[in-house]
Amino acid sequence: MAFGPYFLLATLEGLVTAAVLALTALGLSLVFGVMRVVNVAHGEFYMLGAVLAWWLASLVSGHPAIGFLLALIVSPLLVAAVAFLAERLVLSRLKYEPEATIVATIGLLYIIQQLALTFYGPEARPVRAPFDMRIALPWFGYSAYKLSVIGMAVLLMLATWILLTRTKIGLLMRATQSDRETALAFGIPVGRVYAGVFALGAGLAAVAAVLIVPTQQAHYLMGLDPLLLSFIVVIIGGLGSLRGTLVAALLIGLSDGIISMFFSPTLAKMLATLLVALVLVFRPQGLFGTAMR
Amino acid sequence: MTRAGARNLLLHGAVLVLLFALNFVLPEYHRGILSRVMVLAVFAMGYNLAFGYTGLLSLGHAMFFAAGLYGAGLTIYHLGWSVWPAFGAGLLAGGVVAAAIGFLALRTTGVAFMIVTLMFAQVFYLGTLYFTTYTRGEEGLILPQASRKLELPGAELILTDPAVRYMTALTLFAAVLVGIFLLVRSSFGRALVAIRENEERMRMLGYDVFANKLLAMIVSGVICAAAGAAYAVLFGYVGSGFAAIQYSILPLLWVLLGGAATTLGPLIGTLFMFYVIDIASGLTRAHLLVVGIALILVVLYFPKGIAGTIRERWLRWLQ
Amino acid sequence: MAAMMPLLSTKGLSCAFGGLRAVDGVDFALPCGEIRAIIGPNGAGKTTFVNLVCGRIPASSGKVFFEGRDISRLPAHQRVRAGIAYTFQITSIFPGLTVLDNVAPAAQRPSARQVAASGSSRERALHALEEVGLGQYAHQQAGHLSYGHQRLLEVAMGLALRPRLLILDEPTQGLSDGEIENFIALVREIGRKATVLLIEHNMDVVMALSDRITVMERGRVLAEGNPEEIRADQAVQRAYLGA
Repeated sequence: MAFGPYFLLATLEGLVTAAVLALTALGLSLVFGVMRVVNVAHGEFYMLGAVLAWWLASLVSGHPAIGFLLALIVSPLLVAAVAFLAERLVLSRLKYEPEATIVATIGLLYIIQQLALTFYGPEARPVRAPFDMRIALPWFGYSAYKLSVIGMAVLLMLATWILLTRTKIGLLMRATQSDRETALAFGIPVGRVYAGVFALGAGLAAVAAVLIVPTQQAHYLMGLDPLLLSFIVVIIGGLGSLRGTLVAALLIGLSDGIISMFFSPTLAKMLATLLVALVLVFRPQGLFGTAMR
Repeated sequence: MTRAGARNLLLHGAVLVLLFALNFVLPEYHRGILSRVMVLAVFAMGYNLAFGYTGLLSLGHAMFFAAGLYGAGLTIYHLGWSVWPAFGAGLLAGGVVAAAIGFLALRTTGVAFMIVTLMFAQVFYLGTLYFTTYTRGEEGLILPQASRKLELPGAELILTDPAVRYMTALTLFAAVLVGIFLLVRSSFGRALVAIRENEERMRMLGYDVFANKLLAMIVSGVICAAAGAAYAVLFGYVGSGFAAIQYSILPLLWVLLGGAATTLGPLIGTLFMFYVIDIASGLTRAHLLVVGIALILVVLYFPKGIAGTIRERWLRWLQ
Repeated sequence: MAAMMPLLSTKGLSCAFGGLRAVDGVDFALPCGEIRAIIGPNGAGKTTFVNLVCGRIPASSGKVFFEGRDISRLPAHQRVRAGIAYTFQITSIFPGLTVLDNVAPAAQRPSARQVAASGSSRERALHALEEVGLGQYAHQQAGHLSYGHQRLLEVAMGLALRPRLLILDEPTQGLSDGEIENFIALVREIGRKATVLLIEHNMDVVMALSDRITVMERGRVLAEGNPEEIRADQAVQRAYLGA
């Protein structure tokens, strides 16, 4: 077969990866931007979203779209609730001290992972796609669901953007982000805003996972890759910069799709991680945004 | 020597004597655990030098442990080296990796430093998977029994023998403990603590902060590599699991739990955690759950760790 | 010729942040043994200037000479080793360590000059503490000292380096009147052995201590002279002192 079909397929797969990655990384970036803490358990919220999606979808019978829709709505809410609780019970008591927070979220990572293993088990399980259709492209047919993932991710990001820029909740978040002390002085409930941001960040990771489980199976160890990729995206994009996050997700998603089509995925991951570590060493402000301290 | 110095010397000596005596009284199972704990406590002591004393919160120390593990393991397995040169290869590998990573990562501070070290360690881990022809990846290599012999003048120690293994682990542990004990009392050790407390002030007192931190990273890396190399020859297994993220988190947990910037904290933390997991694994298979809960409880309620709290409350002289 | 050579001099020293030229082409010379004060309104570039001298921030252009040697490219810690000590405007100590351990790093670092110095590093550290009158607090935790004592500790750290040039950045800020009087006596004493460069807002301190005064405004040197000349200078009065 010629180069063309491979390339088109790799590009499409890359776009799907980029869309899901952008949502996940947006959550991580939001948490860092507002709270100035790094959430190492972010990948586990993603995994939890996928695992809960499988559980919720398995509760209902009938058309697969019913189960999927239920998962799409309820799973992110449940994950957000877990994150909200974790924030109130642990992070808030650490006063968001950056290093203690990282250690605590590592603890959270292990707890969520092991609970998933205990209650969900070591198997990988898929959720059925809400519809099963193939769209005919020049060389091959392609899953219409995968294309719809891109569309849904774009819609969700748009919704997040509107939430942040056009609503009172978003205003509170931005006020807290720019100056915590002043926000406190103006009577903004900073603690609850932080908990809300943490929950929103986790919810975004979960919804990204729900979108992807019909094409990739849910597994209790699936959180590590999205965590590292999100780190990469957020670092390249510049921490706290939403536009940078989107551009970087597109860049990483596409190159991941294309590189892993032609090279060993382990080598590709190795080189990408090395490259990003070097970016962080020599250009800590990222390629677009502001420095991480 | 001051009174506090004499007390510390006495206490550390007593700990070593106790560990020596335990070889003769412990049942086989617990002697095995303690051998492993002492080797891993060396890993934790190396980590403590970077994190506890110098304030460098690295999330990538698994790569130094693994550099020692593979440096010794691969030369024994593929090149048929004997234990001494293989151990040296492990130390060298750890030192070189630590120098290179330190040179790059120490340009960053704080959260960026944590993430950069995490990523470099991830590259190292992926490397052990990618070169699976030599490392056999997750499955790992079992070092042949015949190769695990330590040549000494006039004797040959069979490292697979439990008592020999225990004593070898204790020897390494004692050497590193004494080394750390002297190091933290030296002007270099004091300079590291002062850099942790106020880096800019030290710069303006004429100290090359970068060079001091780099040296701390290299010494820390070599100690961790010594633990890794010893692990390979004493327990005979070399696998990429030891390079995974989890083995960067564990020394952090051990040191936090035992008490950062205390000389005995790493041993206490490692020992404590081993037995907590040992007891918990009787109740649940999910031992990482215990690790996770321990991490959160320590940072929430016990940020100074066991030895750190003892020092703060009761024994102000504790080193 | 050697006698004429200043201890410290700068040629066209400049530093720009973005578009703002915080220090703008300063030519400056400080002879050995002098106590020199730099005064000027807030934002005149005084602190930036001394930070350029001791290498804490990089210069955009210009050169710094110390004992006749071009040190413009030396990193900060090497300038300290060359004999320039800097005390911070905002107190910068090691709060978790004892008072003695705060001074120890400065006393123990072996430099060419200190090899000749007498006593162990511990004795030198204690000596520096006694010089500033903190000898009795040597074993207290530094973070528990009063603010005035912390400022003195800061000076002791500088003294323990046995510098040729001691830079004091607003040392009397936040001190009581009584403490200021003691401080003046202390700096006079230090001035016998080292050259002192002092940034100071309190004009009583400036007039009491300095041999000469340099006035800065908007990143440039506005005037220079002995205290009487500066007091009489019209331009200085307009820019700073009175009007």
